Amino acid sequence: MTAFASDAARDHAAFRLIRAKRTAAIAAPLLILAYLLYAAVAFDLAGVASRSRADNAVLLLQDFWSYKTHVTRPNRGRDAGEIIAAIEGSRNMTYAEGQLPGWIEPAPGGAVVELQGDVTVRFLPDRVLQVDLPEHAPLRIATTPDAIVLEGWSGPLPDWISASDERVGLTLSHGARVAVTQSKSEVFRRTPGWELFFFTLDSEWYPLSWGERLAAAVTQPGAAASMAHDFWTNKVWHHGDVAWAMVETVLMAFLGTIGAALLALPLAFLSARNFAPNFVARFATRRGYDFLRGVDALIWTVILSRAFGPGPLTGALAILLTDTGSFGKLFSEALENIDGRQVEGVRATGARGILRARWGVIPQVAPVILSQVLYYLESNTRSATVIGAIVGGGIGLLLTQAIVTQQDWEDVAYYIILIVLVVIGMDAISGRLRRRLIKGA
Amino acid sequence: MTAIPLSPAASDITAGYLASLRRRRLYSAILLAGFASLFGWSWLVANDRTAGGFLRGLPQVLDYPAELLSEAWESVGALPGMMAAQLPALIETINIAAVSTLLGAGAGGLLALLAAPALTPWPRLVPVVRRILDVTRAIPDIVIALVLIFVLGGGPVPAMLAIAFHTTGALGKLFSEVADNADLKPVEGLSSVGATWLQRMGLAVMPQVAPNWLSYALLRFEINIRASAILGFVGAGGIGSELRNAISWGPGRYDQAAAVFLLLFLTIVVVDQLSGHARDRLIRGTAR
Repeated sequence: MTAFASDAARDHAAFRLIRAKRTAAIAAPLLILAYLLYAAVAFDLAGVASRSRADNAVLLLQDFWSYKTHVTRPNRGRDAGEIIAAIEGSRNMTYAEGQLPGWIEPAPGGAVVELQGDVTVRFLPDRVLQVDLPEHAPLRIATTPDAIVLEGWSGPLPDWISASDERVGLTLSHGARVAVTQSKSEVFRRTPGWELFFFTLDSEWYPLSWGERLAAAVTQPGAAASMAHDFWTNKVWHHGDVAWAMVETVLMAFLGTIGAALLALPLAFLSARNFAPNFVARFATRRGYDFLRGVDALIWTVILSRAFGPGPLTGALAILLTDTGSFGKLFSEALENIDGRQVEGVRATGARGILRARWGVIPQVAPVILSQVLYYLESNTRSATVIGAIVGGGIGLLLTQAIVTQQDWEDVAYYIILIVLVVIGMDAISGRLRRRLIKGA
Repeated sequence: MTAIPLSPAASDITAGYLASLRRRRLYSAILLAGFASLFGWSWLVANDRTAGGFLRGLPQVLDYPAELLSEAWESVGALPGMMAAQLPALIETINIAAVSTLLGAGAGGLLALLAAPALTPWPRLVPVVRRILDVTRAIPDIVIALVLIFVLGGGPVPAMLAIAFHTTGALGKLFSEVADNADLKPVEGLSSVGATWLQRMGLAVMPQVAPNWLSYALLRFEINIRASAILGFVGAGGIGSELRNAISWGPGRYDQAAAVFLLLFLTIVVVDQLSGHARDRLIRGTAR
C-alpha cells in the first residue's frame, strides 16, 4: 500500500487509475479490431471469396452422404450397345446381370431408368435417349455420326441444358445428370447412403436383407465368420486397412506419450530444485527440455523420418521427443511442490535414495503426473493424425490420400467420423480416469 | 529378541492386513505386467509397420542433422540473409496463429458463458452447448484445413479457420471451468439494478475471469503457432510450406532448410518465453 500525502493526492491517483482503465477498455477492442482488419488484408479475404469454389463444396457435401450410380451405354468397344450400371463408374463396383437395382428396368434394345422427381430416362434402340420430364414434353437426344442432336425443346435453352454438336448434358434435380457424347450415353443418379459399406457386389451376402443375414448367421455354421471376413476385406471401403491405420494412430500417441513419461520421470529428479544433485545438472536438463519443446514435433518428424522411414514408429518418436520436454518441465514442477516431511519420514527408517523416491515422493506426485499423462495421451491422439499425414502412417495418411484424389469424399467422411469417435472416446476415458485419480488423491 | 505374544484378535488383524497387502501387491504386479506387455507389443507392432525399423534407423538419426549443420556452417554468413528472406512466411504463420486465437477465444468465451448454468440466459441449452464444445474440440484441425483447402483454395484462410474451430472448443472448455467458479454476488448485484445480460457479463463476470482467460488464451497462442506451422507443411501457407520446399531440394541446399529450422525454433522459443512471463504476471498479479 502506498501512503498518500493528502486526500487530494489520493483522489488524483484514483482518478488517474480509473482513466487508465477506461482508456484500456476502449483501446484494447479497437486494437484487436485494427489487427483483424490488417489480417483480413494480409490474408487477401477478398481474393479468397472470388477463388472459393462453391461447386466443390456442393460436390463434397453430396458425396458425404450419398453415392452416384452411373448407367452407361457405350457406343464403341467391346460393350457397345450394352447397358452397364456401376457405382461411381468404378469397374469393381459394376452390377452383374441379375443384381440391377429396382430403378433400372431392362427393356428391348436398352433400359428404362427411373430418376427422382418424376423423371424417366429411356435408353431406346438406335442410340437414342428419351428423357420424360414431369411438366414438359419428352426430350430426345439422338447420337448420329455427325453430331449429337437434341429434339423436343423449343426456344432458348435454360441453365440446366447444355447442348453442342459434341455433347448434350442435362442437370436434373436431386443431383441426377444426363450426358451424351459420341462415345457413350450416361445417366447419373444419386442415392442416399454409403453403398457397399458392408458387403461388395461379389459377396454372397450382398443380395440378402439384414433379417436374412441375421438368420443365416444364427443357423448356418461359419456364416458369421464368412460375413466378418467379407466385411473386413471389403475391397471398396477397406475396413481392415482403415482399422489398422486407426490402431497405428493410437499406437503413435500411446507409445509417444508413455515413452516420454518414462523418460521424463527420472530426468525430472535432476531438474527439480529440491532433488537436483547440483546446479549444472539442473540447468542442463532445463535447457534440454526447452530445446526438445522448441524444436517442435514438426521438425522432429522431418528429421526422424529421414532415419526411420515412413511409419508409426517415426511419429511415436517425434511425439516422444517433444513431450519429454513438456513432461520434464511439468514433472519437475510437481516434484518441487511436494511435502518434504513425508520424505523425511521415509528417511528416518534408514531408506536409501531410490527407496525414498519410491515411498516418499512418488505417492505424492503420482496423481498429478498420471493426470497430466492422460491429458497428453488424449491430445496426442489428435496430433498423431497430423503427424501421420507428414510421416506417412496411420489414419492421417489415408485421410490426405483420400482428399488428394478430390473424389473419394465418402471415404473422407468415414475417416473423419472414425477419428472424431476415437478422440471423443479417448477424451472420455482419460477424463474419467483423471477424475477418479483426483478424487482418490 | 523375544517375541511379544499377540492377543488372538491382534494376530487376526495382522493376518488380515498382510493378506490384503499381498492382494494389493498382486493386483499392482498384474496391472504393471499387463501395461508393460501392452507397451512392448505396441512397440513391436509400430516397429514392424515402419519402413526403416528402430535398430536400423538409430545409427542414422544424426546423419541428417549433421549434414544440415555442416552445410549451414559452410555458408554461415549467408544464414541471416536466408532467414530474413523467410520473414514474410513467418509473419503469415504468426498471423494465422494470432487471428485464430482471437477468433477462437471470442467464440469460446461466448460459448463458455452459455455453458455455465448460473450465467447463461438459456439454461436449457447448457448440455447442447457443452456437446458443441466437445465436438469442436475433437475434430483435428488438419481435417478441417484439408477440406477447406479444397473448397476455398490454398492460402492462410483455411488453416486459420481450422485452427480457430479447434481453439473454440479447447478454450471454451477451459474458459467454462473458470466461469463456473466465478463469484455470483456481483452478477446478482447488477441484475438487481436492472442490468442487461451483456452488462452483467461485461461488468461482473469478465473482471473475475479475465486473468485466467487471458492466460489460457496465451497458452493456446503458443500451441497454435506450432499448429499453423504444421498445417503449412501439409498444404496451407506460411513457414511450414517454406520448410517443405526447402527440405525437398535435398543435398546442396540444406542451408536453406537449416535457416527455416532455425527461424522456426527461435520463434517458438521466444513466443514461449514471452507468453510464459506474461502468464506468470497475470496469475501471480491477481493473487496479491
